[in-house]
Amino acid sequence: MFEPKIVCFLCKWCTSAGADLAGTSRLKYRPNGVNIRFMCSSRVDPEHILWAFHEGADGVLIGGCHPGDCHYEDGNYKTQARVSLLNRLLDDFGIDTRRLRLEWISAAEGAKFANVMNDFTEELRSKGPLKLAVREMAK
Amino acid sequence: MKRIGVFVCHCGINIAETVDVKRVAEESMKMDGVAYAQDYIYMCSEPGQTLVREKIVEEKLDAIIIAACSPNLHESTFRAAAEEAGLNPWQCEIANIREQCSWVHSDREKATSKAIHIVATIVQKTRLNESLEPIPVSITKKALVIGGGIAGIQASLDIADSGYKVILVEKDSSIGGHMAQLSETFPTLDCSQCILTPKMVAAGKHPNIELMTYSEIEEVSGYVGNFKVKIRRKASFVDWSKCNGCGLCMEKCPAKVSSAFDRELATHGAIYVPFPQAVPNKPVIDKDSCIYFKTGKCRLCEKVCEIGAINFEQEDQFVEEEVGAIIVATGFETLPVADLAEYGAGDVPDLIDGLAFERLLSASGPTVGEVRRPSDGKVPKEIVFVQCAGSRDPERYKPYCSKICCMYTTKHALLYKHRVHDGQPYIFYIDIRTGGKGYEEFYHNAEEEENIIYLRGKVAKIFRDGDKTVVWGTDTLTGRNIEIAADLVVLATAVVPKDSTAELVKKLRIQTGPNGFLAEAHPKLRPVESINSGFFLAGAAQGPKDIPETVAQASGAACKVISLFSRDHLEQDPAVAWVDEDLCGSCRICISVCPYDAREYDEEKEIVIVNEALCEGCGSCVAACACGATQQRNLSDSQIKSMVTASLGGV
Repeated sequence: MFEPKIVCFLCKWCTSAGADLAGTSRLKYRPNGVNIRFMCSSRVDPEHILWAFHEGADGVLIGGCHPGDCHYEDGNYKTQARVSLLNRLLDDFGIDTRRLRLEWISAAEGAKFANVMNDFTEELRSKGPLKLAVREMAK
Repeated sequence: MKRIGVFVCHCGINIAETVDVKRVAEESMKMDGVAYAQDYIYMCSEPGQTLVREKIVEEKLDAIIIAACSPNLHESTFRAAAEEAGLNPWQCEIANIREQCSWVHSDREKATSKAIHIVATIVQKTRLNESLEPIPVSITKKALVIGGGIAGIQASLDIADSGYKVILVEKDSSIGGHMAQLSETFPTLDCSQCILTPKMVAAGKHPNIELMTYSEIEEVSGYVGNFKVKIRRKASFVDWSKCNGCGLCMEKCPAKVSSAFDRELATHGAIYVPFPQAVPNKPVIDKDSCIYFKTGKCRLCEKVCEIGAINFEQEDQFVEEEVGAIIVATGFETLPVADLAEYGAGDVPDLIDGLAFERLLSASGPTVGEVRRPSDGKVPKEIVFVQCAGSRDPERYKPYCSKICCMYTTKHALLYKHRVHDGQPYIFYIDIRTGGKGYEEFYHNAEEEENIIYLRGKVAKIFRDGDKTVVWGTDTLTGRNIEIAADLVVLATAVVPKDSTAELVKKLRIQTGPNGFLAEAHPKLRPVESINSGFFLAGAAQGPKDIPETVAQASGAACKVISLFSRDHLEQDPAVAWVDEDLCGSCRICISVCPYDAREYDEEKEIVIVNEALCEGCGSCVAACACGATQQRNLSDSQIKSMVTASLGGV
């Protein structure tokens, strides 16, 4: 079966803590993502996302605090704005916008983190590998 | 090139069972920059840390990676170990292969492969990590305690006694909290007020404690050591500086308002103090019930107040305070009886909750300590106590155990027997949980000596029939259905966080757990701290707990604050933003995205600089910088890109 590769950019305060809670609660989920921990989801530059797709990711997950809960006041709103803008360009790069997910997952939502990982993995499986022109050419 | 050491922890079997730790170490050795790799059963133990320190020296390591549990747990442990061995602490990184790998996957092959990718990702970060020095910041040695129940009172007294100033904020007009409502306390049966009120008075009089009752937190900004707090002092319509507490206004007030303190079993005027021993003993006017505020006529209180303390023109005041640490002790509420549909949703007479029964038992309560039922004032001869009303019921209500109900229900039955000798108490329970010093003995005494009937089973339905409140339940030990036509029924309703907690945590930006209670930094080893520096937790806001535990936690939280204040200055994480002066185009986008005013335009250099003392390191301006001039220390764009590549299996 196709195993998609997922890069997960998680904020330290909410989503990475939620992922830790999934661990302490011993919830099981698909092992397709590797987490990269930032202080805030607003550290994610759209360039990082494009770079992840360039480097072989089939999906990118950004995890931040729920609206109103950002540890840095409004970082997650900036993230949302940046992701919305990037979504308008992804098509031009030949990337289905559903390969980029932005999820608000709090430190209390271990189960949500596990569900998102399972769900995203299944969705990417049904889509199949990302065939990016630049990657195909390099081959 | 940097020489990196990778230390892979087994964590007993916690990691090693799912992840092939030896293979992780072997594969790490193949990674660029890794000069040494080793696995060990408990890396955080003293022998484990010694191994790390020795290898740093022996192998001449420039940086280390500990592949183990979440950095929230042991990052500081290993950074301290690295420093002891002569490394800069920022040359130590944690690869989380437990919470985010071994504990969440079951396929050993896949988990091992993921663990290797996690280590490879952190290796890429570590290769480019700089040695950093913490940024010293000043500290305001004054604490804010939110919540004036026994937790907040105890914490305030402990901090104040050590010589530091405390602001104690309470939303009601008096401190005391739920403990002030209780009759006698288990297992010693000493009177709650007798042990609480001296502490209330001490807090009210302490030269280092500033009481701000009838006040709420409006805004909180800043960070550990330097918080700015805006407090709303609600209008009481009484000038407390003039009021001498004579009480004449309360006697004359013609309005009748249900007393929240007496759980609606009594009334007071629209101008009231919640209970006679209130601290401060000053009245407030409930604007929604006051006849003058509703109709524009009355002002009787004003007429009888000879010193002119009544002031209908008073408005909410806002005060701003600077504090260095915040203790959150906002306490609990109980699940409303109205939420429990099978128990009549609050429409059945003579069905009350445990706190209301406390008021019936209390010598200062509405019945002066005589047990009389609310509907007709009769002394109940048969009384049923229902435990776990809303607790331990994951399908419909709360999944957790409320912890205090087994003990207080036994206490209720016992005190009832002491007052109504020919009465018969029944207790429906699921399990009797009596963990605590003297608790089991207390329960045994009640069961054996006091003729309390314990029925093991849940109650299915409660309804009114004539003047009886009927309880249908099952005794699972005999397998029989039970019907009791009781005179009074008392529900041990679930302990829940206060409604206002959700709103407060948003202002404080601290975390709660799945049931809305405040989340501690570590459930076992850091139980009185929030994960967010500078915030400490005390009492039932963090989870259901009894008075001894609450007091212990409050003193623990106070001790943490005192230890924080004992330092000359605090050290701030230096992983902040910085600017490459040659690249900055002075577009100033960074200034607009910074939530802390840490980015400012330098007229002389004609670039935008970073004020390191203000920068919190969120990285938002780094992502916003159009020309790549702004970077984050130890999380630069080039680090992130190589981390991304490594996480995907590239190099």
